[in-house]
Amino acid sequence: MTTLDFTTHTVPLDGKAKISAKNVNLWYGEKQALHNINLEVGENQVTALIGPSGCGKSTFLRCLNRMNDTITSCRIQGDIRIDGDDIYAQALDVVHLRARVGMVFQKPNPFPKSIFENVAYGPRLHGLAESKDHMEHIVKSSLERAGLWKEVSDRLQSPGTGLSGGQQQRLCIARAIAVSPEVILMDEPCSALDPIATAKIEELIDELRENFTIAIVTHSMQQAARVSQRTAFFHLGVLVENGPTEGIFTNPVDKRTQDYVTGRFG
Amino acid sequence: MAATHTVSAFDAELNALKTKVLRMGGIAEANVAAAVQAVMRRDKALAERTITSDQRIDVFDSEISELVTRLLALRQPMAIDLRFIVGTLKIATDLERIGDYAKNIAKRTTAIGTAVPTQPMHAIPRMGEMVLSMVKDVLDALSNEDVEKAVAVRDRDAILDELYNSVFRELLTYMMEDPRTITGCTHLLFIAKNLERIGDHATNMAEAVYYIVTGNRMYNDRPKADVTAEITDPSQIA
Repeated sequence: MTTLDFTTHTVPLDGKAKISAKNVNLWYGEKQALHNINLEVGENQVTALIGPSGCGKSTFLRCLNRMNDTITSCRIQGDIRIDGDDIYAQALDVVHLRARVGMVFQKPNPFPKSIFENVAYGPRLHGLAESKDHMEHIVKSSLERAGLWKEVSDRLQSPGTGLSGGQQQRLCIARAIAVSPEVILMDEPCSALDPIATAKIEELIDELRENFTIAIVTHSMQQAARVSQRTAFFHLGVLVENGPTEGIFTNPVDKRTQDYVTGRFG
Repeated sequence: MAATHTVSAFDAELNALKTKVLRMGGIAEANVAAAVQAVMRRDKALAERTITSDQRIDVFDSEISELVTRLLALRQPMAIDLRFIVGTLKIATDLERIGDYAKNIAKRTTAIGTAVPTQPMHAIPRMGEMVLSMVKDVLDALSNEDVEKAVAVRDRDAILDELYNSVFRELLTYMMEDPRTITGCTHLLFIAKNLERIGDHATNMAEAVYYIVTGNRMYNDRPKADVTAEITDPSQIA
């Protein structure tokens, strides 16, 4: 077995960090999946996490809203803060955390409810709407920001599952932003979509960046290059390189990054 | 370029691109040498062959453009691959220009006539040798990813410019002394200028090689020593 290279090359963040992870180690049972990750996610930026399957990028993403808590064998060490708040603090309310840190998954997973209810569910759960009118306003503005309003405004009571794949994914994004999160995590949000639907999501990601901080896991390097301002490359549970996206794709520092982005991994 | 790609056809295409650029460079280099020789010996046959040979360079140039376009579209190259592909496209453009200058020099073989002072005629082959060594070294630098060699080529361009300046001054003096030499001297002046321009293209290529290999721009500004553009009054040249 070859020994792991734990070197990380980081170009420091230019601007304010929204999320700051320090010395994060994570185990699934005996198996260590993340090795001493130090990564900052810039505010109002898109940070892409890339790397081969099993490199730890999704695992790391799921640390950011404590999704890994649901896995019993999972053990995590280190310090993750959002705006300086320790998200693994004893007193922290995980439900509240997940309202601050929304998530969009690989496969669109609308609730088996109407389009309206899909978006209204979160605000209702968190008691964000003061009245029926207010709720309608939240649903409309969320659908508008997700670029879906024009396509569904005349059929809000139809089931969300009846939409096309790309529309369903935008519905999930509308659902995520309806509770006014600060951060949106996306785990391969376009891998089940065709190129046109993908382009719409990518356009949307760029718009959402104005109001939200976004971390996206993607297997498509072209997508990472298109949507993100910073890119973090993971390999075998190690954060290998982390810096401005342009640098990662034109002039990476580490040979492992170079080999991955140029398609040289055997 | 270290390890091979998972998709081996990509490696084959990159190698084909490199081979094409180096072969194109070889022809350009040979044409410059032949053009200078043709002028020096007034060898019309050699001049003709050199002029015809330029077509091969143009064919390579369009083939390289096509190959680069295809690679960008189909392989979506990143990092070193991207830099190499973009860099070779620029290098091919420089080589195509070098070919044109060689052709232009060859064309003057007959026009230059006999009323040419012998002294500046010695400077032309000196410039020719220098330019040839720059073109040869920059192609070697590309072939072996040799950054130091590329930097050395860039640095030599200043010396070439000095040489051109002195040829320029010398020719002006001759023309003032004996107007019958003006035709010949003007051709020589163009030949010297063409050689000086070839040096500039070799320098561009050196900068491209530097970027391909390191990912950074050659840091210093190019040393610039061609001052003939500022000479207006013939009395200045004394």
